[in-house]
Amino acid sequence: MKRSPPELDYAIRGTKSPLPQRGQVVSNRARKSLNRLSVHLGLLLCCLGFGLPFAWMLSTSLKTLDAVSPTDGAASHSIQFIPDPVVWQNYANVVTNEKLDFPLYTRNTLIIAVLAVIGNTLSSAVVAYGFAKIKFKGRGVLFSIMLATMMIPFPVVMVSIFTLFRFIGDYTPLQMLGTFRPLWLPAWFGSAFSIFLLRQFFLTLPDDLSEAARIDGCSELGIFVRVMLPLARPALAVVALFTFMGVWNDFLGPLVYLQRPEQYTLALGLQVFQSAHGGTQWNMLMAASVLVIVPVILLFFLTQRTFIQGIATTGMKG
Amino acid sequence: MSSRERQNFVKGLLFVSPWLIGFLVFTLVPVGLSLYYSFCDFSLIERDTAGKTQAIWVGTENYRQLFQDREFYRTLKNTGLYAILSLPAGMLVSIGLALMLNAPIRGQAIYRTIIFLPSLVPVVASAMVWMWLFNARLGFFNQLLATIGIDGPAWIGDKKWALPALAMMSLWGVGNTVVIYLAGLQDIPRDLYEAAEIDGAGAIRRLFNVTLPMLSPVIFFNLIMALIGTLQVFALPFIMTGGGPERSTYMYTQYLYEKAFAYLQMGYASAMAWVQLLIILGLTAFAFWTSKRWVHYQGR
Repeated sequence: MKRSPPELDYAIRGTKSPLPQRGQVVSNRARKSLNRLSVHLGLLLCCLGFGLPFAWMLSTSLKTLDAVSPTDGAASHSIQFIPDPVVWQNYANVVTNEKLDFPLYTRNTLIIAVLAVIGNTLSSAVVAYGFAKIKFKGRGVLFSIMLATMMIPFPVVMVSIFTLFRFIGDYTPLQMLGTFRPLWLPAWFGSAFSIFLLRQFFLTLPDDLSEAARIDGCSELGIFVRVMLPLARPALAVVALFTFMGVWNDFLGPLVYLQRPEQYTLALGLQVFQSAHGGTQWNMLMAASVLVIVPVILLFFLTQRTFIQGIATTGMKG
Repeated sequence: MSSRERQNFVKGLLFVSPWLIGFLVFTLVPVGLSLYYSFCDFSLIERDTAGKTQAIWVGTENYRQLFQDREFYRTLKNTGLYAILSLPAGMLVSIGLALMLNAPIRGQAIYRTIIFLPSLVPVVASAMVWMWLFNARLGFFNQLLATIGIDGPAWIGDKKWALPALAMMSLWGVGNTVVIYLAGLQDIPRDLYEAAEIDGAGAIRRLFNVTLPMLSPVIFFNLIMALIGTLQVFALPFIMTGGGPERSTYMYTQYLYEKAFAYLQMGYASAMAWVQLLIILGLTAFAFWTSKRWVHYQGR
């Protein structure tokens, strides 16, 4: 993120007067640095609060079990952030743990994520292009319906989608329940959120581009694939990123659709592991949590600007 | 329609057809189907002689039972209480943070990143971390309280504290909303502040008469999104407390989930789903209705 331009000062305090009077300048400046100091203090305090769970999780994940829960019964009243000794072995133990098959769950999550990302990005782009660049009757109505569907919570349709997948399994040779399909197949029909995001992007591209291609005898599909898609790469990246995070974080979906432990995703596996063996090995549990969080955080740092822009666009529906 | 229009119509429909099919199959049909099921006795496991599951029409029986179900009112109350605790707090904290993060001071990039990062944490992982922080004997909070001689509550293990504790931890994930507010703040034209200042408005008046009105569409958007999200809260209480202690955090969606997939009462669960949908639609409509009074759209 870039530093905000100075004029944004006005958004919060706006102490800068356009024509400072002589003699007032000094007191203004003093007041301004005092204000800055208080904002710094407020933010420092907030960051301390927001960072604490991370710090404590990391610290716990590197401690011995004895340091985490003393066996002598009495709780130690000293908070130790720096583990002594530092046990990196915890992480190795998590990955090779028999009860929490980390490599398998990671593989399962990645399979679903890759299929969902490809499907959602492609189909959302196609639909978004239709909504942004082709003027057809009923477009406005359809688009409004699409925006409205964003308000339907998953729990509301959870039961009937489940039975729907059951029926598809019963009446066609395509098994749904007990496979990964219910978790990635719907993504191949686009999602309202991604379509909205991509449509906003396509709207910013000038119509002359597609007109020129059209005059050159390019078909609509040709224009979309050869002219629009390459230009939309940054927006496609945002959609792909959000879809990936969605799959990585999803809990209710896998809980409803996955039945056998060897199909679990990381999120589901971690919860099952916790509820079966939880309350005891907190250092292991924290190490496992760190391993689940790290990929997402890494992805964020690699794509920071794209990411923030994507979220900011979400708010522009209003 | 001219031939050009017809051509565009076909082309347009072709392009939006993936969404249109998905909308029919994964939204319209399920919503209709669940309305039908809500009037049926439907277990999904009992099969007829042909080996197919059957939904048996029972009229309004599910709804009649639902409105006499104490658990229904309990989960409704818990969810409502959770919303009342977490929604206003979340809005205040995220607007406050956005205002501070928008100030032209050094180190904003670092502050913003730290505030934003928790909202990236997968829900299961943040449940683990907070269960550990809230742990009655060994958790960070109670260890900290113990150093100053206070015997802390059991937090999520105490039926009085569990719901407020969950609402408190929901503040950890406001980063997403803060980013949306920040974008909104940066869209406010600078000359408005200049005009207000020339008119002699102080910092507080500028906040209430310029910043907040200009930000109101974004506030409204975030309010609707938070409302919909909070009223379907499931994963955190489900993982952290399982609805306990003494069902003090037993939420509506968890009850729905258990009715459907533990008790296999799909009809009953569908009736619950429809009631949930109507509540959410009703509250959203109410929010839209009040928005005429407090949401200001530029140039409209």
